[in-house]
Amino acid sequence: MAYPTDYLYTKEHEWIQIDGTNGTVGITDYAQSSLGDIVFVDLPKVGATIEAHKTFGSVESVKAVSDLYAPMSGTVTAVNEDLNSAPEKINTDANTTWMIKLTLSAPDEAASLLSAADYETFVSEETGH
Amino acid sequence: MTEAAAASTLRRTALNATHRALKAKMVDFGGWDMPVEYSGLIAEHMAVRTGVGLFDVSHMGDIQFRGPASLAAVNRLCMNDASRLAVGQAHYSAMLYPNGTFVDDVVVHKLSENDYLLVINAGTREKDIRWVRDTVGSMPGTHINDYSDYYTQLAIQGPRAAQVLQKLTDTDLSTIKNYWFTWGKVCGLYNVLIARTGYTGEDGFEIYIPSDEPTSARVWNEVLAAGAEFGILPCGLGARNTLRLESAMALYGHEISDSVNVFEANLGRYAKLDKGDFVGRDALLAVQAAGGPQRKLVGLEMVERGIGRDGYRVLALDGHAIGVITSGSPAPFLKKNIALAFVPVEFSALDTKVAVEIRGQAVKAKVVSTPFYKRTKT
Repeated sequence: MAYPTDYLYTKEHEWIQIDGTNGTVGITDYAQSSLGDIVFVDLPKVGATIEAHKTFGSVESVKAVSDLYAPMSGTVTAVNEDLNSAPEKINTDANTTWMIKLTLSAPDEAASLLSAADYETFVSEETGH
Repeated sequence: MTEAAAASTLRRTALNATHRALKAKMVDFGGWDMPVEYSGLIAEHMAVRTGVGLFDVSHMGDIQFRGPASLAAVNRLCMNDASRLAVGQAHYSAMLYPNGTFVDDVVVHKLSENDYLLVINAGTREKDIRWVRDTVGSMPGTHINDYSDYYTQLAIQGPRAAQVLQKLTDTDLSTIKNYWFTWGKVCGLYNVLIARTGYTGEDGFEIYIPSDEPTSARVWNEVLAAGAEFGILPCGLGARNTLRLESAMALYGHEISDSVNVFEANLGRYAKLDKGDFVGRDALLAVQAAGGPQRKLVGLEMVERGIGRDGYRVLALDGHAIGVITSGSPAPFLKKNIALAFVPVEFSALDTKVAVEIRGQAVKAKVVSTPFYKRTKT
């Protein structure tokens, strides 16, 4: 699956779509594929502040737990509640299944994130193929 | 080390290339490069519960005892009483250390009057074989051989397993009862050991075929083709683990180990203390004399939202730590989050409320009866 070119990426396999000072965050197709069948997500509450590179929640497949790392700092303005009952949506379409929306407190943090092309190269180096 | 270099030091079954061609996700399991899932763990788990699945379990080890003293050797090594087995019958047993803890759990098959086959775990193969030789290797009248690399072992499991395998053999499978076995022609191979055994909690068979690559791949593919009409799926170690956990079967290194005794693991019914001496018996008698074990393996079901996993601490409701989860996972068929855990006996009664520490939070759970899942026999 292609990685959308209008998103930015972390080396911990999250994506963020930035619109001015708003950000929408999810995990990449590579992340969902590595995890396998996703059965549980633990996300912060609306109003929580999260900090770039720090964990803001977790995602669990049948066999593994994986921390979620914030691509950028900000305040949570929305949480995708659908994922409580249907976390498998992340497996079906990781690119459009968002987890949280943020008001970004430091938009210049975007400079440290990976482009789609850089992320794809990073993933192929990490997996060796 | 790169992934490729790491993989090259791992052992492979004869079906390694077949798994890779099926695009299985491969993992290091006890030093073996094994498939953890193919199409997806949940789909594979459900195929075994509702239809049929196929597993490569060739990493399991096989030790054969031959000669007039074989029964004595097996009965000295293992806690169950092999003298109760008929030819063609198998049972669950375990090899113990003198202190009553586990070397490994095993399935003992009585091949003929003086001939036994012990199927042992993959991760403990070398240790087990050393233990067997050190413990009974000097007994006159038994000849011990490690046949682990001679067999490709396939497990065909699920309510449709008999129908699938019946298409590939002229042996009448309905005559083989649970935990019995026979020899028959399978996929054109003569005298294949066909056992009605498994590690999934479903009906099913394990077959032992020659371990050369072409034969292994041919039989694997013929089983998949025969099962296509029932939606057969190749299944990996991920589903194998969740299936055995729903059925509350022990896994070495988790529920049983060299720091867990037989009674703690709730496996006392397989220890035949009245059969005569065996390694570990004195220690088990001492545990019994002391009034039983201090801690017990129990089933837990999460009451609040959260998944208890291997190694997570179990807490009393006042927050103090009382035990640890040995295996915990979402249960794909039951659609609950379940775990096996060691807790002090005073917390082992059904419906006891406890908590599991999940990333610093106490999440409520309760003690439930095991197995979590029991198939309805037809």
